[in-house]
Amino acid sequence: MADKKVTKDDLFWTFVRSNFLLGSFNFERMQSMGFCCAMMPILKRVYGDSKEELKAALKRHLEFFNTQPFVAAAIMGIIGAMEEKRANGADISPATLSGVKVGLIGPLAGVGDPIFWGTIRPVLAALGAGIALTGSLIGPLIFFLAFNAIRLATHWYGVKYGYEKGTELVENIGGNEMHFLTEGASVLGLLVMGALVAKWTTVNMPLVISEYDNAMGDHVVTTLQTILDSLMPGIVALLMTFACMALLKRGMNPLLIIIGLFAIGIVGYAIGLFA
Amino acid sequence: MSTMTLIMLFIVAAIAGMASVLDEAQFHRPIIACTMTGAVLGDITTGIILGGTLEMMALGWMNVGAAMAPDAALASTVSTVLVIVGHQSIGAGIALAVPLAAAGQVLTIFVRTITVFFQHLADKYAEEANLRGIEMCHVAGLLLQALRVAIPTVAIAMVAGTDVVNNALNSIPEVITRGLQVAGGFIVVVGYAMVINLMNAQKLMVYFFLGFLIAVFTDVNLIGFGAIGAICAYFHIKDMQKDIAIEEAAKTGGGGGVEGDDIDDSDLM
Repeated sequence: MADKKVTKDDLFWTFVRSNFLLGSFNFERMQSMGFCCAMMPILKRVYGDSKEELKAALKRHLEFFNTQPFVAAAIMGIIGAMEEKRANGADISPATLSGVKVGLIGPLAGVGDPIFWGTIRPVLAALGAGIALTGSLIGPLIFFLAFNAIRLATHWYGVKYGYEKGTELVENIGGNEMHFLTEGASVLGLLVMGALVAKWTTVNMPLVISEYDNAMGDHVVTTLQTILDSLMPGIVALLMTFACMALLKRGMNPLLIIIGLFAIGIVGYAIGLFA
Repeated sequence: MSTMTLIMLFIVAAIAGMASVLDEAQFHRPIIACTMTGAVLGDITTGIILGGTLEMMALGWMNVGAAMAPDAALASTVSTVLVIVGHQSIGAGIALAVPLAAAGQVLTIFVRTITVFFQHLADKYAEEANLRGIEMCHVAGLLLQALRVAIPTVAIAMVAGTDVVNNALNSIPEVITRGLQVAGGFIVVVGYAMVINLMNAQKLMVYFFLGFLIAVFTDVNLIGFGAIGAICAYFHIKDMQKDIAIEEAAKTGGGGGVEGDDIDDSDLM
C-alpha cells in the first residue's frame, strides 16, 4: 500500500477551519463538530480510499472536545500526525487517539486561558480602549491587528508544529518551557493590571469632612477624597478590586456584582458620597 | 433609517454574533463591534468612544472552560444603536449595556441548547461518511448565533428613533443616570478582578502591587508598563531556572544531570 502522506495544503485547510472551531458550540459535546470539521482535510487524505475507516474517524472526532480555541490548533496537528501514522499501519488504537486528545485538553487550556484570555487580550484591549476613549480609530485598529496577528500565528504554528512533532510534543508540553511561559506572562499581566486599577478607575468622593479659614484667610475644604489622596491615591479602587476578587472566588455571578456596583453608584450619588 | 443602512447593520450584527461564539477574530468585543456599528450608522467617532468605554468594563468577560461570559456582542451593537439613533448619552449607553449583556447571554444559552440537535444530526451523517452533512450542521450552529444578535439589533434600530423609546429613556430620573455614570467610573474593577483571579498566582501578586504603586506615583504610560513587565518577567524566569537547577543539583548530588538527554531523541517517532 502506498504511503499516505498529509500535504502542506491539507495542513493549511485545517488551519483555516481551525478558525471556526467554536462555531457550533453546544452544551452536550461543546467544540466537537468544530474539531471534526477542522480534521476533515487530513482525514480525507489518509482515509479517502476506505469508507469504513473514514466513518470511524469522523465518529471518533465527534466526541466531546473543549479547550482554549487557539491552542486547540496544536492538538489538531498532533492528532493529524497520529491519524496519518495509523492509516499507514502504525499500531495506534482509537483509544490512544481519544486519550491523547482528552489528555491535551486540560494542560493546553491551562496554558492558553491565562496567556490569551488572562493576559494578551486584556492588555491589548486596555491599550486600544485607552486610545479609543479619545475617539481615535487607532485604538480599535491596534487591538484588532495585534491580537489577530498573535492569534493567527498561534493557529498556524500550532497546526504545523503539532503535526511535525506529533507525539513528541505530548511529552514536552508539561515541560519547563511552558511553565516559564505561563509564569512570565502572568508577571507581565499582573503588573499591567496593577497599573490599570490605579490609572483607569475613577472614584471621586467629595464628601466634605472639615471646612475652615486658615491664618492667611484662605478657605480650606477637606473632603474624603483629599484625605484618601494624601494617604494613597487609588486606594478605593484597589479595595474594590479585592472585594470583587473575593466575591468572584465565592462563585458570585459577575453580572450580579456589576448590578451591585451600579446600585452603590446610584445610592452613593444620592447621598453625596460619590460624584 | 434607509433600507441599505438596515441591511448593513444586519450584516455587522451578524458578524458580531458569529464572533461571539467563535471568540477568534474578536469582532464581538465592544471596541470592535461598537466601532463597526457606529461606522454603519454614520457616526464612527461615537462608536469608537462608546466601544472604548464598554471595553474597559468588559475586560474580564471571557469564555473559560464551559463558563459563559456576559454577551458583549448584543450589548455592543444595541447600545451603539440606542446612543446614535436614539440620541442617548454615552453614560446611558453603558448603563443599558449591562442588562443587554444579560439578555444576550440568555439568547446564546438557547442557541447552544438548540445546537445539541445539530450535534445528533452530525452523528447520523458520520454514520454515512457524509462530510458535507457534518459541515452543514456545524455551519447551522454558527448561523443561529449570527441571527440571535442580528435580529434584535435591527428590530431595535427600527424603533429606536421613534418617540416611544426616546420618551421612555428620557424619563429616567437624574439621580439614576448620574449614579450610573459614577458607577461607570469604577465598574471596571469587576473585569480586573476576573482577570487577576484567572491568573491565580498568589506569590506573583507582588508584581500587581508594583504596577499599582508605579501607576499611582508616576506618569509612566502603558507601553512603559509593558516594558517594565517584560523585564520583571525576565528576572522572574531567571529566578525559576535557578531554583530548578538548585533542586536538581540537590537531587542528583550535584553530578549527573546529563544522562536524561539521550533518552529523549530515540524513543519517539
